[in-house]
Amino acid sequence: MADRLFAWLMLGCAVLVVASLLWVLSDVLIEGFAHFSWSFLITEPVDAGRSGGIGPILISTLWILLIALAAALPLGLGVAIWLSEFAPRNSRFAVHTGITLDILAGVPSIVYGLFGNAFFSIYLGMGFSLLSGGLTLACMILPIFVRTCESGLRAVSDDWRKGALALGMTRSSAIWHILLPAARPAIVAGMVLGIGRATAETAALLFTSGYVDRMPESLLDSGRALAVHIYDLSMNVTGGDGAAYASALVLVVLIISLNTLAQSLVDNWFKRRLVVS
Amino acid sequence: MNQQNANPYTLGEIEQGTPCCVPQPLLQVRDLAVSYGEKTVLSQVSLDIYKGCITALIGPSGCGKTSFLTTLNRLTDQQAHAQVSGQILFDGQDLLRDPIDTLRLRRRIGMIFQRPNPFPLSIWRNLELPLKEHGVQDRRVRAQKIEQALRDVGLWNEISDRLDSSALALSGGQQQRLCIARALVLEPEILLMDEPCSALDPISSGVVEELILRLRGRYTVIIVTHNLAQARRVANYAGFFWMTERVGKLIEFGQCRHLFESPGHELTAAYISGARG
Repeated sequence: MADRLFAWLMLGCAVLVVASLLWVLSDVLIEGFAHFSWSFLITEPVDAGRSGGIGPILISTLWILLIALAAALPLGLGVAIWLSEFAPRNSRFAVHTGITLDILAGVPSIVYGLFGNAFFSIYLGMGFSLLSGGLTLACMILPIFVRTCESGLRAVSDDWRKGALALGMTRSSAIWHILLPAARPAIVAGMVLGIGRATAETAALLFTSGYVDRMPESLLDSGRALAVHIYDLSMNVTGGDGAAYASALVLVVLIISLNTLAQSLVDNWFKRRLVVS
Repeated sequence: MNQQNANPYTLGEIEQGTPCCVPQPLLQVRDLAVSYGEKTVLSQVSLDIYKGCITALIGPSGCGKTSFLTTLNRLTDQQAHAQVSGQILFDGQDLLRDPIDTLRLRRRIGMIFQRPNPFPLSIWRNLELPLKEHGVQDRRVRAQKIEQALRDVGLWNEISDRLDSSALALSGGQQQRLCIARALVLEPEILLMDEPCSALDPISSGVVEELILRLRGRYTVIIVTHNLAQARRVANYAGFFWMTERVGKLIEFGQCRHLFESPGHELTAAYISGARG
């Protein structure tokens, strides 16, 4: 009897979670579609976003994301490879690097925003710009990306490392041809996490890329990201709820499609070098 | 060579007419010792490896046989805190003291591991990768070598129709033969085999054993095995390792038949009769 009660209780928890997710999603979908049109995607916002569209905002978002990924992926992969393949086991520097990454992964994004503002915008003189926003996001997603890739590389069978060395292969080519492709699922997972966090980020961008909603003309222009736009519409603009919902819809679809795209790109790239049954 | 005099197993002792063997030492090991940090795992090992012959190394687990093998292709370099002393003469060079191009050395001295470790690539890529790595640029030459290696291990007829499928889809025995082919494709002079059959079922094990016998004469093989019957069947020479005072030592070395039929040391006699070990 107690067992069945327990089972029902657990089922209730699961239903509650799924239901609230469905509720949020359907709310966004229904309210969003009510204000959505294709022209919404390409036109400029008018009247602080109450009408018009999100064209420049979408472009700014993509630029910021692109900059963040371009900076974070190679750097992060490099750190992960160093930590898992080259750092002497238990070396103090490696251990401290790991701890630092774990702490950084838990730092609230607003703190990254303050740092980005002080370092990129003011110290490096990038001002409020797509570049400083993108680089701030890169800092933010680096720790989790590094840790995911590192654990993926560590999980790769040591037999392959030894096998490659015994064939007279260099360590770098063993990493390039065998270990990285074998760690593919972890690398993809790290990317997906990073893309998700970066696309949905608001706080870190408020102080770095700013909220100018014009079409950016260069990477040093300020640009408003989609999440910032939603925040602004729902908090500061009376009568902006409809546009906020439509933007939220676009954001959700954007994240899902970017993740799918990233996954298939990485998969295709690796598939040419790797056959896993 | 003047080292010859220090050799406790002089050429005179070796019976003529031993199959395939004109006793010609290819590797001369003198007073080899291996330690990991504080712990010495192997000491005072001196033996000659004869060209074209199969040398079996027997003895209980943990007495340093694998460590011995990995000193020969300098895989010990990769292990943190591993220290190797003594002398290993190969082709007029001391592998432990002279400047050695380890990548080239490992091309000349291949290694097969206990667990088959084909890379998670296609069958073809498994063989192509080491060739490319060692600068075989011509596609046709590579194709020829790959086919020859697969024929040598008797895999060509079994798998020539699915060279593009994953090597991991092969059976355990086929995987191990593929690993042998992967070593042979580089045309090594010496093959180190670390219990190549112990992870295989009896039938696959038999197939691999036959293959090893076929390699006799063309390659110099050093095989670590726990299967005494197998050592007896395949080897021309045999060495018996045993732990004394927690350090692995070579107790006896000589012609395989002598070692098994009239062992010169009571430990050897006890081990091969099953009384100890």
